[in-house]
Amino acid sequence: MNNLEIVKAGLNKRYAKERRFKFYGIFSISLSMLFLFFLLFDIGAKSIPAFTQTYINLDIEFDKKLMKLQDQDSYSEETLFSASYSKLGRNALYKLFPEVTERKQKKALRQMLSSGARYDLRDAVLENNDYVGTTQNLWVLAGDDIDAFVKGLIDRNIPEADRRVKDYQVEWVDTLEAQNKIERRFNINFFTSGDSREPEQAGILGALKGSFYTMLVTLLLSFPIAVSAAIYLEEFAPKNNWWIDIIEININNLAAVPSIVFGILGLAVYINLFGVPRSAPLVGGLVLTLMTLPTIIISTRAALKSVPPSIREAALSIGASKMQVITHHVLPLAMPGILTGSIIGMAQALGETAPLLMIGMVAFVADIPQSILDPATVLPVQVFIWSDSPERGFIALTSAAIVTLLVFLFFMNLVAIVLRKKFETRW
Amino acid sequence: MSNLEILLILIIAAAIAYYATKRQAQSWQASRDKTKLDSLPNYYGYFGAICTLLPALIVLSFWSFIEGNIISALVVSKFERLSALNASDLSLVMNEIKIIVESGLSEKNSNDLFYEKAAVLIERYSLVSLFLKVASVFALSILGFMYAYLKITPRFKARKKVEKTAVYLLLLSALVAILTTAGIIFSVLFESIAFFSQISIFDFVFGTHWSPQIAIREGQVSSTGGFGAFPLFWGTILISIIAMIVAAPLGLISAIYLAEYAQPKIRNVVKPILEILAGVPTVVYGFFAALTVGPMVSGFGDRLNEFGMSFEIELFAGLVVSSESALAAGLVMGMMIMPFILSLSDDVINAVPDSLRDGSIAMGSTKSETVWKVVFPAALPGIVGGFLLAISRAIGETMIVLMAAGVAANLTANPLNSVTTVTTQIVVLLTGDQEFDSIKTLSAFALALGLFVTTLILNILALQIVRRYREQYE
Repeated sequence: MNNLEIVKAGLNKRYAKERRFKFYGIFSISLSMLFLFFLLFDIGAKSIPAFTQTYINLDIEFDKKLMKLQDQDSYSEETLFSASYSKLGRNALYKLFPEVTERKQKKALRQMLSSGARYDLRDAVLENNDYVGTTQNLWVLAGDDIDAFVKGLIDRNIPEADRRVKDYQVEWVDTLEAQNKIERRFNINFFTSGDSREPEQAGILGALKGSFYTMLVTLLLSFPIAVSAAIYLEEFAPKNNWWIDIIEININNLAAVPSIVFGILGLAVYINLFGVPRSAPLVGGLVLTLMTLPTIIISTRAALKSVPPSIREAALSIGASKMQVITHHVLPLAMPGILTGSIIGMAQALGETAPLLMIGMVAFVADIPQSILDPATVLPVQVFIWSDSPERGFIALTSAAIVTLLVFLFFMNLVAIVLRKKFETRW
Repeated sequence: MSNLEILLILIIAAAIAYYATKRQAQSWQASRDKTKLDSLPNYYGYFGAICTLLPALIVLSFWSFIEGNIISALVVSKFERLSALNASDLSLVMNEIKIIVESGLSEKNSNDLFYEKAAVLIERYSLVSLFLKVASVFALSILGFMYAYLKITPRFKARKKVEKTAVYLLLLSALVAILTTAGIIFSVLFESIAFFSQISIFDFVFGTHWSPQIAIREGQVSSTGGFGAFPLFWGTILISIIAMIVAAPLGLISAIYLAEYAQPKIRNVVKPILEILAGVPTVVYGFFAALTVGPMVSGFGDRLNEFGMSFEIELFAGLVVSSESALAAGLVMGMMIMPFILSLSDDVINAVPDSLRDGSIAMGSTKSETVWKVVFPAALPGIVGGFLLAISRAIGETMIVLMAAGVAANLTANPLNSVTTVTTQIVVLLTGDQEFDSIKTLSAFALALGLFVTTLILNILALQIVRRYREQYE
């Protein structure tokens, strides 16, 4: 057998190996893409129920006695605000189902309505003062179990004992449905209210505003500091200087320090040493600033480096100082790259959770923050808080909050990509 | 007057100073003998603004930082009842007093007269401090402006001065990175030293019993039982191993395929899609791991268990399956770090010079043989560096393990069991309502120190390897 024959004999085996290897590559890429689509699809599908909400149509009798109001013709805003609205909804339900008399069933009937329904009724009365003493046909927010049942999240075929909705409640819902008195509407509440313990009343506006303030602080601090630091290191720092090397190693290393360690720094230094208020967007922004600095510095340096020397030399040759060369020529030319890096850094900061847990942004905050000093939470932390809540409705809410967060991240990255594509110059 | 208002006024003052000094310079230029200026008029303006703003700003920020502590110290020294307290009680009492100050003294909200007295004192000192602060800041600002205005002459080298100041400011920004590292080290080091003065390092690192939630009262210390962190280290390692088993082959093979086989068109589509995985926030992975992958894994474990029971395979029959498992967390974490390995490996593979590939192909080897026998060995150091960075990321990852791996400190090699990690315990220990210097919170700082040092070593090692590798082919 000569050499050629030996080679030919092994050839099929080697080609098979080649094909197999290629297949592995395609397989692993497909697997990863499949995982990504599964992840997005799973969360997207889980979020759908959160975007609608169940309302029940009731004839609400705004009885002065039930509202604990004195018999007058007109009332001041304040009296109306502090009046009692808790009995109005349940009374209307009792009237609709007069056959219900047993105590336990009455309680179940009451729970058909959300505990937040009274606030909606209050707001309705504050808007139309003349409702008092009349009977109005209104749509009232349903409780979370009924909501889940109407959405089909609770199966009516499983035995009653394993089900959160009792048989008589199912019957009531069917009766209401037959009369067209129950309906699902778009969940506007989700975008207009703060956090709540009740899933049907909880919204993400508080977290959105918290994220906005936190990002504002982060951007205002990290962008100027990072760009200045990058300019110094790239343009002014003496070469082959040991402590410049230390700074550089430092920055590269900080980019890889676990995020939770920054949270510890925030807790020990900002809160305990400097007394910055806990849970506030200010301290969150300060912590995230330190985290985003390395990202922005590294991309800014890359952008500065990509500006060709010919431009610097041209400016220098007509008498510009080094600082003028940088501020008048290099920086404007590098700006698209710097902005792209900054947006990517901000997107990272927007999705960051762990360090913010350390500085108390995980507290339950029902109020919507009005400034960078108010206690607040941010979107990813809101996701974490809700995912910890036992009520069924929170699964959908968590997924919906994630969808919102991902939409924001998607747009930020889109802007970064467009910036890069549009203004990128190849020298 | 709040700091923000003072800052605004200072900025307005600086703007005025800018125009005043600039006008002065312009007037020289426009004068009859056409004096030649050393710098452009703008630079005289900048010089004026810097002199007005900078010293005042330094004093303002310094004062604001130390103000609170000085006032507290003064108040404490005035009251014997306060100076007799120990540190943690003192901070509680001071907090209460500060709440009274914030809510306004006019409302009688405390029945303890002593608190009222202290609050009144704090408010008085704050007022004095504010007055001194405002006075000194504005005086400095005016003095600075006068200095600048008197200093400038047509021959004054304004540009040089301004640019020099600017360079110092840039340097200051670069030093923030050093300050951050120093801040991290100091914030974990002192608390860790306090912790290790009560619990020996040996017991901490090698102890196998972790139950810090059992409150240890003061004076009952150093009964080491509760602070053996070995199960946490093991949990972290176990999950990182699972994650790397998933991420390393997937990331590496995908990278090789994209770099060596895929057409540019496909590459340009696939790579950004896979990089989306790196941009998804970790809390999303955590939710996915806890709600979707976790139940899938435990369902699989149950199935395995049944299988073991019916066929009497002891290994499977005795399986403990928990809803929170190391496997679920590790799988999802693997997918999270996959794109990281992908893009790092992609970089190093692309950096391997084509001459090596061409040589191998010319010898008659197939593409896969070239990849495995030539490109891969050449890129190995860079790939190893990338793996180290990925491991460091897996060790430091918090949200996925917090949400999906559980909090029970089990020393187990069974990936279907729930384990806990260093990062999880840090969060658990520090998010409760704890006083700051209890041994329980101190232990969190010791864990953080361990985490920081480990990742630091991994990062420096990895960066060094990657850098040396790059130099080799440049």
